[in-house]
Amino acid sequence: MSRKEIKGLFFWPILLLALSVVLNLSLGSVYIPTEYIFTAFFSDTYINETWHYILMDYRLPKTITAILVGGGLSVSGLLMQTLFRNPLAGPFVLGISSGASLGVAFLVLGSGVLGGLGATLLSGPWAMVIASATGSFLVLLAVISAASKIKDAMALLIIGLMFGSLTGAIVSVLSYFSRAEALQQFVFWSFGGLGHLTWTGVIILLVSVIIGLVVTIASLKSMNALLLGPQYAQSLGISLRKSTFLMVLATSILAGSITAFAGPIAFIGLAVPHLVRQIIGSSDHKIMVPSSFLWGSIIMLLCDTVAQIPFSSMTLPINAITSILGAPVVIWILLRRKNLLF
Amino acid sequence: MDFATTKKPFILKKYTTTQNVLTASNISIGYNKKSTKPLILAEGVNFTLVPGQLTAIIGPNGSGKSTLLNTLSGQLAPIDGTILIDNQPLAEVSHFIQSKYLALVLTKKEFSQHLSVFEFVRLGRIPYTNWLGSLGPDDHHAVARAIESTQLTELLNQKCGTLSDGQMQRVAIARALAQDTPIILLDEPTTHLDLVHKAQTLRLLKNMAQHHNKAIAFSTHDIELALDLADQMICVTERTITMGSPDELINNGVMDKIFQSDLVRFDRKSKRFSITD
Repeated sequence: MSRKEIKGLFFWPILLLALSVVLNLSLGSVYIPTEYIFTAFFSDTYINETWHYILMDYRLPKTITAILVGGGLSVSGLLMQTLFRNPLAGPFVLGISSGASLGVAFLVLGSGVLGGLGATLLSGPWAMVIASATGSFLVLLAVISAASKIKDAMALLIIGLMFGSLTGAIVSVLSYFSRAEALQQFVFWSFGGLGHLTWTGVIILLVSVIIGLVVTIASLKSMNALLLGPQYAQSLGISLRKSTFLMVLATSILAGSITAFAGPIAFIGLAVPHLVRQIIGSSDHKIMVPSSFLWGSIIMLLCDTVAQIPFSSMTLPINAITSILGAPVVIWILLRRKNLLF
Repeated sequence: MDFATTKKPFILKKYTTTQNVLTASNISIGYNKKSTKPLILAEGVNFTLVPGQLTAIIGPNGSGKSTLLNTLSGQLAPIDGTILIDNQPLAEVSHFIQSKYLALVLTKKEFSQHLSVFEFVRLGRIPYTNWLGSLGPDDHHAVARAIESTQLTELLNQKCGTLSDGQMQRVAIARALAQDTPIILLDEPTTHLDLVHKAQTLRLLKNMAQHHNKAIAFSTHDIELALDLADQMICVTERTITMGSPDELINNGVMDKIFQSDLVRFDRKSKRFSITD
């Protein structure tokens, strides 16, 4: 692919991303004129104290969160699809999100059991990220070790689903024994949402996503080799152990930290890489990874804009919107291509 | 990422036709089992792969052709004996160094169907690229040469998922050529092909061995075609492996006994098998 073609592939999504950011910042329950958004960023004049507060402390963190969540989930979906050579792989299907919820459940619901000391030690946004990433990492390792024994991709998906229901069961047991306030906190988290992050939360999420992306970039070469299948990849000098570990690590950091802050968000990780494959003609991960991130963040911003139901005070759960948009996309690709290929 | 795969000077020796690039001395092949004693398919096997020669690995179903090929490619350790690759024991050579000696052509379709032919062939250059896998002028040159010698120019932008079996076999061979190794091992490259495409594939392998001075070994069920084209043959039958030129194997009666069955008969004169009446 020539340099000019590559520029063309990135020009439109970047432009679209910029437009989506402006749209996402302008629309919400309170009307703020679009011109004001530009003045708020590029001049010091305060036109309206309330608008400024809404924009800077609510909408802007939410917009940045949407970009990180959409982009990060899409990249982790792509990592999983390449690693498992399976078009249906994604953070959700393989039980990674359930692993993350298990980690959070242990933290939120278990801290009551541990008593006051445990609660202070385990509180704070970093603890959420670590608990959630650890949970997803452990579940992913369990799925991987099952995958090394079972070659059948369908069996693997079933194992992923089983891990999902297993973690679900453990969460139910935990919630049965926990205090009402802790349970409420967990239930709110599990609804998913982008709008409740403070600036500190956004910074922590940003750092985690950047770390996840750096590990992904370090795996680009082995991801490309894995497109040929594991046997070819090994014959090309790629260490399967090391590359599998790095890809699992990247996925757990990305999906784990995102799930810690935004709750389990469905379909983005599964659907976006497929959508990107339809748009760009290349399988090269040096193009697929940034494209998936860009398109994932655009779609997440648009989903969030829809979920806000502009000019009304209602907000729909983001999880519902991503599923309502995501499921038909997968069906559409299936119908159009007759098959969903890795 | 494999840190070992970053660019460092690696000069491969130029091989003359008399040197052995791969030597198997006294190896036993089979599978190590945890509880019972190992399942041995053949023992005391000796043979060499020589640059410029096309070697066919033949034998009935289940005799151990794939096991032998997997052992030669280092994916399966021999139960006994040593395999030397350029005079170093294969077991001590890292995957990374091995990737510059040995290229594989596999029949299993585990690759992404979205890969274009061009991308598939380019991935053969991975052992020579930096940590990002970017191709340099040498790499582009090797890819162009591999595409030219397999006549794939018209198919370059097609997705691998849309190719016929014969075309895909050529793409897989081009990838191995791009990897630029002295040895190429192929796992049943002629299966699922019609007679013309079988002949085309074997002719291509023969040309590659002769003109690029490569040691090429392939497993096959097309014994008659292999007898016509191969320089040497490795015949894998129950617990024994015999090696020789096609004529040697015919004259010392190996071909007569290869299938222990009354259903087929080998005719030495026409070098063909036929069904007994």
